[in-house]
Amino acid sequence: MHTLSIKQLAEALRARTFSSRELTQHYLKRIETLDPQLNSFITVTADQALAAADAADARLARGEGGPLTGIPLGQKDIFCTTGVRTSCASRMLDKFVSPYDATIVKKLQAEAGMPMLGKLNMDEFAMGSSNETSWYGPVKNPWDVSRVPGGSSGGSVAAVAAGLAPVATATDTGGSIRQPAALTNLTGIKPTYGRVSRYGMIAFASSLDQAGVVARSAEDAAQVLQAMSGFDPLDSTSMDRPVDDLVAPLGQSIQGLRVGLPREYFADGLDAGVRACIDAAIAELKKLGATFTEVSLPNSPLSVPTYYVVAPAEASSNLARFDGVRYGHRAEGVKNLEELYERSRGEGFGAEVQRRIMIGTYVLSHGYYDAYYLQAQKVRRLIYDDFRRAFEQVDVILGPTATDVAFKLGSKTDDPVAMYLNDIYTIAANLAGIPAMSLPCGFKDGLPVGMQLMGNFFGEAKLLNVAHQYQLATDWHTRRPAAFV
Amino acid sequence: MSLSPDQIRQVAKLARLELNPSLTEAYAGQLSNILALVDQLSAAKTEGVGPMAHPLEMTQRLRPDAVSQPDQREAFQAIAPAVQDGLYLVPKVIE
Repeated sequence: MHTLSIKQLAEALRARTFSSRELTQHYLKRIETLDPQLNSFITVTADQALAAADAADARLARGEGGPLTGIPLGQKDIFCTTGVRTSCASRMLDKFVSPYDATIVKKLQAEAGMPMLGKLNMDEFAMGSSNETSWYGPVKNPWDVSRVPGGSSGGSVAAVAAGLAPVATATDTGGSIRQPAALTNLTGIKPTYGRVSRYGMIAFASSLDQAGVVARSAEDAAQVLQAMSGFDPLDSTSMDRPVDDLVAPLGQSIQGLRVGLPREYFADGLDAGVRACIDAAIAELKKLGATFTEVSLPNSPLSVPTYYVVAPAEASSNLARFDGVRYGHRAEGVKNLEELYERSRGEGFGAEVQRRIMIGTYVLSHGYYDAYYLQAQKVRRLIYDDFRRAFEQVDVILGPTATDVAFKLGSKTDDPVAMYLNDIYTIAANLAGIPAMSLPCGFKDGLPVGMQLMGNFFGEAKLLNVAHQYQLATDWHTRRPAAFV
Repeated sequence: MSLSPDQIRQVAKLARLELNPSLTEAYAGQLSNILALVDQLSAAKTEGVGPMAHPLEMTQRLRPDAVSQPDQREAFQAIAPAVQDGLYLVPKVIE
């Protein structure tokens, strides 16, 4: 069952080949036996999953439900889930049981009828590129358990890549859907900022965070993203516009599609093996009728420095609420209020979160605000303008997702800047707010390589169709890690 | 820009963050490296460029001034660390 696509699973459920309960039990069994090697789940919700599966079976028996009804999913532990621990992979929220559901949880579980298998591991408060900052320990890459799965959605990708869930939710603040998808041979999409509600998604950097999905194909991702999308009056940054049909356009020819290759993304720093995979993908897309032209994103080298001002600044503000009083871990034996705040936060946050809070506090502090924060916001506009000009010439932009394949656990943990530079190709899309995705395009030394497609605002349907056409012509996305077949 | 351990302690104080003393030296080095990275921004030509705070340039949406949320007192009290007689109990922090 775990090798079937979402479309195949939906057909099998409607044909009564197996029930949602049987499907859910199958995945729960795989989680029980295989996840100890990966650490992809923080919380497994077997009882709730089976109850939801029974409800889905009843809906299907009545001839009701939609294309996702009865298909289980994993939820990144950044999304609030009623009655289930929502930890954000932090000691700070280890005991937090949410009294409400995030909007996407409502949409996927209550409305679409997808049973939740559990809450997936991640970097603490989504801060990281390797899933090594979680309070619950690192997640391992199913392709090589001595390597990272990428981050921050490392639990989401490890679970889907290993066949412990057919699909999973994820979030992307600087590449946290695309980079881990690339490192585990999955298809992951970060939609346009404002496309998916952020209500109930624990905030890291509010002007950059966006929820999305990781799946085993563009077709699967399109189904789930469509169900997640839509205006939400509870999120003041949600866009009030109709949800495009992301599934029906799959299958359109890409003859004449104009693809831009940003010269800055193919410069020094890109591994030769990754480059070879991207070149082969370009050749494949040419065969499908796409035309290629070089474009320039001249300010892209500044995207990482811009991000590491904007994101920590917003994080330092968002995480101020975790003080031991309003939310989160509370230190014991304190003498006064100030000590309560300081010790609760010192004990509750891990090193990467502490670093980013301090950077954010510093760049927003008196005397440094103009030099750092205001300047970063101006450079952000330059980066946005680069994309605006590029999309006057091309329909989509193609490049690598990550500089190299998955790295060894622990190899970059003592050098934050080296870790940050890992996201050099993904961050700009968050700063500009445009949709972007990663999809499998080959292997280097037995490890997956991903290519990135970036689109204009609300151009998700076009991106997914290009990816789907590529996946109809290639089989990279069908490869599975040998230890988890 | 390089940060000393004393400056790290000052920033941590502003952030209401108790640091493990054994990590302060390491944080000073790491944060100095991060600031060296972001110092690249100072070379960018931004004269006449307006700051961009939001990718879609949205303004704050308003809603009718009407009650939209039900009373969830019981749900919120159920997840509080300590309650008594319908009140939240908090630790004594005033000397």
